[in-house]
Amino acid sequence: MNWIAAALIGGSLLLPPFLAGDFYINLASQILIAAIFALSLNLLVGFGGMTSLGHASYLGVAAYISALLTSRYGFGHGAAAIISVSGTTAMAAFFGVIALRASGLGFLMITLALSQVLWGLAYRMSNVTNGDNGITGLTRPAPFGISLDSPVAFYWFALIVATIAFLMMTVFVSSAFGSSLKGVRDQPRRMAALGFNPWLIRWITFVYAGFWGSVSGLLYVYYHKYIHPTSLSITSSAEALLGVIAGGSGTLGGPAVGAALVLLLKNYASAYLERWNMLLGLIFLFIVLVMPAGIVPGFSWLTAALRRDKP
Amino acid sequence: MQFWIIQGLNSLSLGGLLFLLSSGFSLIFGLMRVANLTHGAFFMLGTYIAATALRAYDGLNLWMMVVVAGFAVAALGGLFERLVLTRLKTNPLGQVLVTLGMSFIISDACLVLWGGDSIPVPTPQSLQAPTRIFGFVFPTYRLVLVGLAIIAAIALYFLLERTRLGAMIRAGVDDRQMARAVGIPVSNLFTIVFCLGAGIAGAAGVLGGPILSAYPGLDADMLPLALIVVILGGIGSLLGAFVGSFLIGFIYTFGIALFPELAYIILFLPMIFVIAFRPQGLFGRVGA
Repeated sequence: MNWIAAALIGGSLLLPPFLAGDFYINLASQILIAAIFALSLNLLVGFGGMTSLGHASYLGVAAYISALLTSRYGFGHGAAAIISVSGTTAMAAFFGVIALRASGLGFLMITLALSQVLWGLAYRMSNVTNGDNGITGLTRPAPFGISLDSPVAFYWFALIVATIAFLMMTVFVSSAFGSSLKGVRDQPRRMAALGFNPWLIRWITFVYAGFWGSVSGLLYVYYHKYIHPTSLSITSSAEALLGVIAGGSGTLGGPAVGAALVLLLKNYASAYLERWNMLLGLIFLFIVLVMPAGIVPGFSWLTAALRRDKP
Repeated sequence: MQFWIIQGLNSLSLGGLLFLLSSGFSLIFGLMRVANLTHGAFFMLGTYIAATALRAYDGLNLWMMVVVAGFAVAALGGLFERLVLTRLKTNPLGQVLVTLGMSFIISDACLVLWGGDSIPVPTPQSLQAPTRIFGFVFPTYRLVLVGLAIIAAIALYFLLERTRLGAMIRAGVDDRQMARAVGIPVSNLFTIVFCLGAGIAGAAGVLGGPILSAYPGLDADMLPLALIVVILGGIGSLLGAFVGSFLIGFIYTFGIALFPELAYIILFLPMIFVIAFRPQGLFGRVGA
């Protein structure tokens, strides 16, 4: 049953380039990027029990590094990508050391404070980041000489990266290490008594999540060819967190579905009204008050209940 | 010399504002274990209310607005606590998320109501003339602001340490279940404390108005400062909020004046330093 569903979803991801127009292909690419970002956050929130409100830091910083290196310092895309991902991952390693001094709400507040500081920096250090104007005129890379400028080509590129990301994160959580991570989430003391090092397990997960966050940041800046401080803002972190929670934190695919829903809603809502932030706030209230377990678990609970009713 | 003295006073007045903001945050966190991310929005709401009312009616002055906006924001906070937060008693993460959602709603509503331009809040007429002390010129309003923050700190201290309500709040902070068991209405206390914290934030927003003026994004500027103050000072500690506020006030003001590009990084450093050596903050208690 699960394999059929997985095959169906995988198959449907191959369809957009053949069926849809450019607008929808672009939308699908954005969904893939948001999905990688949400899945990386879910490693922390769902599997690690560490609710971060600062995950946009990794997306934004990776995007900014790549944008600055390629546009201002004449780096090639390959070198810029490597520097940007490794630099951002190193930053995650450092932030992890700070944030993991606390747990629970303290962790959340520290991650939020750190990311707000970066957001302020992106706005204020305007001679480096160009401040509120953002950095424009960026290009997309051309891996193996294939230009990614067309929507279809970019979609394939994003799909390949997203597939690798999904598989790597699935392997990560399904491995023995993933089990110990869930153990630390549920019973940190017992895990410590069994000889595990809860701090180290959390920290490795934090760094790994930062790594995939930075990968999604690269895709983000390649797609938009533009970067602005809002991608570092609390709204950006909150959208991803909403995707994770709406989709069902701690499930493998749920956050990707949740991220897709948030992105679609954002796109359609902003076509009709400018009040995306207000809508986002209302959805937060709605999800937390009405469907705390998320949409995907809610749905699988529903199907299970229906199946049970059958004679 | 003049530079140092003026910046020193600016630091003190920012510290005073931060204390008003973060003491409410800290109080709410200490009792309710809710990281109230709406706090920046409450502050901003106070500023906007004052800016609008003072522009529309001549008879009003800033001090009336402190009271009016303080009560208005307190009422809003109380409603939010009663209608939403109490439903999520067993879900601390959910509580943080709804306060985040609420902050988005309030800040976007402010943008709808008041537009994108910043609205100045006039300094009270009587305090517009600068004060001269020992030949140095001081902006009088900022001096008064520091005084008000200190008065507020003393008042809060007495409220918490010397009154019956304060004793009940302290009991609730220390052991919520035991407090319930001896008959303290902890749920009502939650509402009172939330109103109080929100009201102080709203009043602080009015008082900060003449310095900061009302602009969209004020909430996002103030919230991280409040977070850094309480992380630094220790979550739930009034003394921690006091010391942390003035520390951050100094660091931020001098950072902006001396290294405008790096002010935000400088803000980082004391927080990292304190977390590294005392994760519970300067005056926080372990397990709080």
